[in-house]
Amino acid sequence: MPKKIIMTGDDIKRTLARIAHEIIERNKVIENLILVGIHTRGVPLANRLAANIADFAGVKIPVGTLDISLYRDDLPSLELQPTVKSTDIPVSVDGKSIVLVDDVLYTGRSIRAAMDALTDLGRPHLIQLAVLIDRGHREIPIRADYVGKNMPSSRHEDIQVKLQESDGTDEVAITSMPAAKEG
Amino acid sequence: MTTQPIKTVAPKPAPVWRHHHILDVDDFSREEIELVFNTTQAMKEVLSRPIKRVPALRGKTLITLFYEPSTRTRLSFELAAKNLGADAASLSAPASSITKGESLIDTVSTLQALGADIIVMRHPHSGAPYIAAQYVKASIINAGDGWHAHPTQALLDLYTIQEHKESLKGLKAVIIGDILHSRVARSNIWGLTTMGAEVTLCGPPTLLPTEMGEQNHHLPPTNIEHDIERALDGADVVMTLRLQLERQQSGLLPSIREYVQLYQLTEARLAKARPDALVLHPGPVNEDIEIASAVAHGPQSVINEQVSNGVAVRMALLYILAGSQKQ
Amino acid sequence: MNQTLLIQGGRIIDPSQGIDETGSLLVAEGKIAWLGKGEAAPPKTDYEVLDAQGLVVCPGLIDLHCHLRQPGYEEKESIASGTKAAARGGFTTIGCMPNTNPPLDNQTAIEYIKATAASKGVVRVLPIGCISKGRKGQELAEMGELAAAGVIAFSDDGEPVLSSHIMRQALDYSRAFDLPVIDHCEDTALTEGGQMNEGVLSARLGLRGIPNAAEDIMVARDLALAQLTGGRLHIAHATTEGAVELIRHAKEKGIRVTAEVTPHHLTLTEERVIGYNTNAKVNPPLRTERDIEALIQGLNDNTIDIIATDHAPHTEADKLCEFALAPFGISGLETALGSLMGLVHKKQLSLATLIAKLTHEPARILGAKQGKLGTLAVGAPADVTIFDPNLEWVVDTKDFASKGRNTPLAGEKLKGKVIATLYQGKVVYKDEAVKVKKK
Repeated sequence: MPKKIIMTGDDIKRTLARIAHEIIERNKVIENLILVGIHTRGVPLANRLAANIADFAGVKIPVGTLDISLYRDDLPSLELQPTVKSTDIPVSVDGKSIVLVDDVLYTGRSIRAAMDALTDLGRPHLIQLAVLIDRGHREIPIRADYVGKNMPSSRHEDIQVKLQESDGTDEVAITSMPAAKEG
Repeated sequence: MTTQPIKTVAPKPAPVWRHHHILDVDDFSREEIELVFNTTQAMKEVLSRPIKRVPALRGKTLITLFYEPSTRTRLSFELAAKNLGADAASLSAPASSITKGESLIDTVSTLQALGADIIVMRHPHSGAPYIAAQYVKASIINAGDGWHAHPTQALLDLYTIQEHKESLKGLKAVIIGDILHSRVARSNIWGLTTMGAEVTLCGPPTLLPTEMGEQNHHLPPTNIEHDIERALDGADVVMTLRLQLERQQSGLLPSIREYVQLYQLTEARLAKARPDALVLHPGPVNEDIEIASAVAHGPQSVINEQVSNGVAVRMALLYILAGSQKQ
Repeated sequence: MNQTLLIQGGRIIDPSQGIDETGSLLVAEGKIAWLGKGEAAPPKTDYEVLDAQGLVVCPGLIDLHCHLRQPGYEEKESIASGTKAAARGGFTTIGCMPNTNPPLDNQTAIEYIKATAASKGVVRVLPIGCISKGRKGQELAEMGELAAAGVIAFSDDGEPVLSSHIMRQALDYSRAFDLPVIDHCEDTALTEGGQMNEGVLSARLGLRGIPNAAEDIMVARDLALAQLTGGRLHIAHATTEGAVELIRHAKEKGIRVTAEVTPHHLTLTEERVIGYNTNAKVNPPLRTERDIEALIQGLNDNTIDIIATDHAPHTEADKLCEFALAPFGISGLETALGSLMGLVHKKQLSLATLIAKLTHEPARILGAKQGKLGTLAVGAPADVTIFDPNLEWVVDTKDFASKGRNTPLAGEKLKGKVIATLYQGKVVYKDEAVKVKKK
């Protein structure tokens, strides 16, 4: 199956730097910000963005983690070995500006679940969304505020994000999946 | 002959969870128990929020069918269901309605027809949920059948222990009381031994079947000890069982007084166990019968935690079960 | 119509005459007319031929312990359906227990059984009368009247005779009629609320147990009373190692005792209950391998005289409930031979012994009063069972003639099947495979 690298480790580094700058630019009071990474790969991305923001603006933004499995509109199937991970946001969300962070924005359903989870935790002032890849094919009206790379793709393609923290390497690859069947 | 490129497909990992019903812990693997622990932890986090609710089981219906009275366990299940956004209803059939005329099968079939996705059953006769499970598509959770099993109690007991002890492996657990009639004891024997703990059973010989201590292929290995102080020596976990006061009437005990003298868990006796030993009781507690008041309310007692963990464990089980129904 | 039939070329096994060889049997006018070994030619008459090559031909099987449920529980079984079931199982004579409603404790009740059997039954039905009035265990039933009416024995089966005093009187009084007193040996004080054999498995399943001791105690008591009175004692459905030992010892001492064992107690253990299978719930309960070994040894050394089915049919609805609420009983007439053949195939029991325990030995207990039963001797009633010892078949309870489908063997494969049953010369059961043609 042909695999094409669309972002290397360096690309990712540069992109995350740019997004961090954009976040700083758009949020007047960055002290009011919380970065919330959606499990699994949203979490290391949120951590890296927080590190960048600390570098560029000298402010330490709190980072939280969010598990959306309890808010999905489909129950986990056995094959995916449902494990609910922790939701841990170290400060109250009331009145804060939240930047949700995820690796790939696709149908938008995960983000909808994440917003439901956040509103059960309190009443944020506003919610923005930062994603590394936007691959289109939205099924509900969700859009990202910060996009690393737009990667229009077909449904037969699979976009895989790998990060050092979870997968041992940094890369984004796209692979075509075989359409139909055997001979 | 054309050569095809070899497609190597990674094998799908075998699913950890294999149960459509939760009837007993005797067929739970260690991995399945750990899945319950992990999910329970997430559920505890939900319970710590101001809004103790997540929509994971929205649209699902849970019905409790209790043939024995029980406020605590029933409430625990109903709250668990509601916290997950499910609809909960209850049917309590007095034990006197267990006659040929109102058969168990008819009752559960009716609940199925009413739209139950999960039926939580408590019944005075061992094996009742096994029969029910053969006749409904809904998942059955056994909330206690006769003397036989009480899987959700065992799972919340195990969870409570491992919150304090990190690992159950190698722990010395002692269960004291009327083992013969105790479904809590049986399920805990299975759960504790699966997780690698060593189990000692302690009680008067008339309430403790000797066969349980013998080598056999029906029950996991346990030690039997009729002297409470020897049983408690070096224990990490002490589980006391409720003594039903009717046992004296059926000739199994000469008197409650003698039981208290020989088997009550007092502070002095508890001192024979390790200083960090945990004290558990499935409730409700007969204060100063099977356990001294001071011990039940003392620093080593985790009885209240068992109750609160009970809701979280049941939420975890409902969540995992509802997911398995997709099949 | 009494046909003349030649059963040709089968392996004739008749322990009463010490015969076990290939041969042919001629049946005429309801009786055994001729038996020829090997290629011996039958007398010159017109007859039809039943090809018995590869099959075993033996006397019609006798079951001295079954429950026909009529009168009173006809939803579970009737004399009509029960005798049809017997025929399917190769049984041509069955002894029916008196725990009916009303119980068989008087002449009228016995007459009713005999009349119903004569008009509706397809095999021979021999009634057993109660030991005590109403089976209450308090006063002796009118044994003389019952004997005159034709009972073959006395029993309160289903219940033990709890009072040692009444049991003693029964054993004593019955001597005048030379009929055995059959006891269901169970000390009910120990078994109250019991559901299955007491042991590790009952501890695991959370079911109250029925300990071996409860049976052993009553067997010991009855043997002591048999010794005291000189009466004829028959132990119903022995199931424990202890009972076998006690009976063996008693026989050595010359006590007049006979004993029976059921097919299910010889072949199934308590493990059949796993999963709370109510079809495995029976009293006395299925026990352990150890008990089975002792029972088989008991058959082989004649401690145990006969095999009897204790056929106990119940309706499906009766058994479809919580284990503790289900009635005890296994429907066994139609699977008896098939399941017992398992012991023969495993070489634990010889075919000749098996057949003896189901024909000659029960006939001995019945005595000469009932005529020449359990034998293929010339002049005896033509009660013949023909079976294929190697035919494998799957138990499908939908094929049962019995109204009781309650067997733990449902869906199991057995090796050994009844092919045809003749009662007084008439074919009362025939498998489709059987070929009967003109000479």
